[in-house]
This record gives sequence, C-alpha cells and structure tokens, in this order.
Amino acid sequence: MSKGARAGALLVSFAALLGLIVFAVAGYLRSTPPTVSATPSSTPGVVNLVMQTDGAVGVGPHPSWVGYFIQDANGAWHQTTLIQLPTHSTVHVTLYEYDSGGNLRNTVWSKIQGTVGNIAYVNGVAENIVNPNSNTGNGIAHTFNVPGLGINVPMYGVSSTAKNFCNAGPCNLSEAHTTITFQFHTGGVGSYRWQCFVPCGLGYVDGNGGPMQNIGYMAGFLKVV
Amino acid sequence: MANFVLDESRSEESTKGHLTKILVIWAITSVIGMALVWFVLGPHLPPGTMTDQAQGAQFDIRLVSTLVVPVLFFVWLFFGYSIMKWRVRPGEDPLAPGANISGNSKAQGAWYIITTTLVLGLAAFGTYFLVVPAGAGGAEGSSPIWRPATKNILQVQVIAQQWRFTYRWPQFGGMETTSLELPNNTEIQFNVTSLDVIHDFWAYGLGVKADANPDYNNIAYAKTQQTGKFVVRCDELCGIWHGAMYNYGHVVSQAQFQTWASNMETQNAALTKLLPKYSLTYTPSYSGAGGGYYNTATDPNANL
Repeated sequence: MSKGARAGALLVSFAALLGLIVFAVAGYLRSTPPTVSATPSSTPGVVNLVMQTDGAVGVGPHPSWVGYFIQDANGAWHQTTLIQLPTHSTVHVTLYEYDSGGNLRNTVWSKIQGTVGNIAYVNGVAENIVNPNSNTGNGIAHTFNVPGLGINVPMYGVSSTAKNFCNAGPCNLSEAHTTITFQFHTGGVGSYRWQCFVPCGLGYVDGNGGPMQNIGYMAGFLKVV
Repeated sequence: MANFVLDESRSEESTKGHLTKILVIWAITSVIGMALVWFVLGPHLPPGTMTDQAQGAQFDIRLVSTLVVPVLFFVWLFFGYSIMKWRVRPGEDPLAPGANISGNSKAQGAWYIITTTLVLGLAAFGTYFLVVPAGAGGAEGSSPIWRPATKNILQVQVIAQQWRFTYRWPQFGGMETTSLELPNNTEIQFNVTSLDVIHDFWAYGLGVKADANPDYNNIAYAKTQQTGKFVVRCDELCGIWHGAMYNYGHVVSQAQFQTWASNMETQNAALTKLLPKYSLTYTPSYSGAGGGYYNTATDPNANL
C-alpha cells in the first residue's frame, strides 16, 4: 500500500472514530430529561409545582419503569425529575400519586419533615406522619425526599387491584390516585438532589437500581436559580 | 543500596571528607525539618483532636511524619550532593572513566539495621496504639476484642440506606434521627449496619471508620473530648448518590446533648411508635422492589 493510501486510510479511520464519539456524546446529551420550571402564581414569591408519580412511565426507553411527570405552565406533562425553582420563594406542591404501595424499608421516612408546618395534606387531610399500616393495606408508594432542604414527604399508595388503576403514564385524574399537597421554601441558589426512599426499582437488587439510579425517573435535582 | 567509593584520582577530597560533609548537612537539616514537622505542621495534621481516637491517629501520623524526615533528607541530600559535587564540569571529558564502585559492608549493614529497626519499631508502636485506645476508632466486627474500660457508654446505632445515614438511640426510647449530635467527654459505641448494600460510616473528624454491612453489626468506639462540627461520609461506592451520602454532626456539651435528645424524643414520640423494635441488625430483602422491609421477621418476597 502506498504512503498516500495509508494516510487516506488513517484519516478515514480517524474521521469514523471522531464521528462515533460525536454521535455518542450527542446521544447522551439528547437523552437528558428536560428541566421544567415551576409555574408562577398570582401571589408574588409563590410558585406552583404539579407532579405525578406513576408505576410505569409508559414512554421513553424504559416504559415499564416507575417515574415522575412534571407539569409545565401550559399544562403539558413531561417525564422528568429536573425542576427549576426561583430562589427565596414558597413552592406550592400538588402531587398526584398513581402507584401502588407497600412498607417502608426504614419507617423513619414516614414522618413529614421540611415542609411548611412539617405537614402535608393527604387527600385534603393534614398529616405529619403517614402511617404505612393505616392505609387499608396500600402502604407507602414513594417518598419525595430532598436531603439538602430537609424535606421528606411520604405518599400513600393506591390499590394495585383498583378497577381504574393507571397502568402507564402520564395518568389522569379519572384514574385511582392519592393527592398530596404541601409547601416548602427555597433558599439561595443551589442544586438540590432529591430521591425516593422506597426501593421501588422493581427487579433490581434491593430495589434500588434502574429507575432509582436514573435521572428522570426516581432521582433528580431541584435547580434553585 | 549501592555504596560508592570514589576514585581518589578524580576526587578533590577523600571519601571520609565527603561523608563528613554529607552527615553534617544531613544532621542539621534533619533536626530543623523534624522540629518543623513536629511543632509547626504536627498540630494541624488530620484528623484533629475531637476524640481520643482522632488524637491518637494524629499523634501516630505526626510521629511517622517526623521520623520519615531524616530518611527522606538523607536520600535527597545524597543525590543532591552527588549531582553537585561529582558532575562533569566544563572542560572535563564526559566519556572519561567514572569513580570506581565497590561494596561497603559497614554502610550496607548500617542501612539494613537502621531501616529494619525503624520499620519494626513503628510496627510495634502502631500495634500497641491500636490496642490502647480501644480499637483506635476502627471497626472491630460484632464481637470487639478491645473495649473501653468504662461501662458508661452511649450507644448510637448508625443505619445506612441508599443514600442517607440515620441514627438510632436505644437509650432514648429507640428514637431514630437524621441528625447526629454527641455529648462531649463521653465514651460512645457506634453500632453500624446497613439496610441494603455495603456502605461505610466514616466520621473522619472523630477518627471513626466502619463498614456498614446488611445483616451485620459492626462496632467502633470513640471518646469525645472536644466540641465542634464533623462530617460523616459514606466511603464505599454505593450507587448514584454515593457522593451525596453525607451529613454533618456535632459534638456538644453534655447539657446541650441532653436537651437535644429530650427534644428529639418528644418530637419523634409518634414516629418512634411506628419504628420496629430496636435490633442490632435489620433484615432487608434481596428480591427486589420495595421489599424485605425493615426488621420483619420473614422476607415477604421470599417466595416471589
């Protein structure tokens, strides 16, 4: 093979390798879930955040995984766990929980903490502890836990045998759900990670793999800007 | 170690003269270096003095750092001296035969004796100080060989879970907290366990480090002796939030601790009722989602 041919082959190989790297990086960047901003309210310093947890997100590369949808200002649902919030604001959260539940691995997470008044309203009733044994066997489905802000909100599950059980997200209010509302304050600028403390990664070791370890499902960030 | 005897014809001074110079410079710089390490750097060496165990670790590091100075300086000085003194100078033939090299049994023997004594001495020293402060803050398994002399010990259970540490207090009604406050001048027994994978409870400032294994109680001791803030980190890779699995703790006065513990006991009374009975380990499940709940006698997913 001539020198020119060898140089040409080398260049082509290099270009192919570069193309593969660009493709992989672009693919990774494109796969990052979107960031959804909380919706401003008519009250200054207050924003609204509407979320839902589904037993199966029904979309994307892992439709059977448990995960979150966040509603944007136009009412559209986005499968993500990246949420943008304004600094020094009060966040009014409405959380629709559509998944079935069970016991907590550590019952300490049944206490509501870090919200305004350390309470949450479960189907309209103020609670400061969500007892996994008092929900007619439906237990706790998930917890919304932000360690950096000291927030922990457990959510009652719904019966998996309910006739209108939601099998794939995004679910709608005509399907079996628990409504949880609470408020919390954001502080200064920061990126606060959040997670669920119910090991809900079905089929993974200790239930903590899969959706529990992937941004966009049961792990995410509150981006306070 | 090679030992060098110079070809007198190429040397301006005798071997003894060079050796004397090296030894004098080495002795002076070593004394200065050791003093600087011991007195200036020493008090700032990690992990501090918040507990007996941390102070012991700091003393060990301080001593080893000080003793390493003369060894390090001798090696550096010898190389530096050789480069400066025996380099080829302008006008000299770089290809001319160099100094003859021959063995020197006295130098070799001295080197072996000094380094062996140093290493064995430090090993004996380290072993002794591992025993004296009750395990030196390291984990001792579920049946510790070395225990503190006193029986007045505060029990703190460290429960690791992907991806937080929580703390349980059997002497305060079995309450469980997400924060860690410790009283000063108190002997503490950490009972470390996990609800899922292997974590590691590393309270660096306390000089305490213990793996958190599921189904296992790993015990470490520490005696607090200084108030302040310390950080607790997980030191076993445990998943996506491993890097975020940390929290801060405080050593406070005994009165402040009693107030904190009483308040927490009252605030958590309703929650404590929901907790399982205090146990040294809690059996998680290995069979998947949500399962193997905290402290259940049987695995609800065993037959799945």
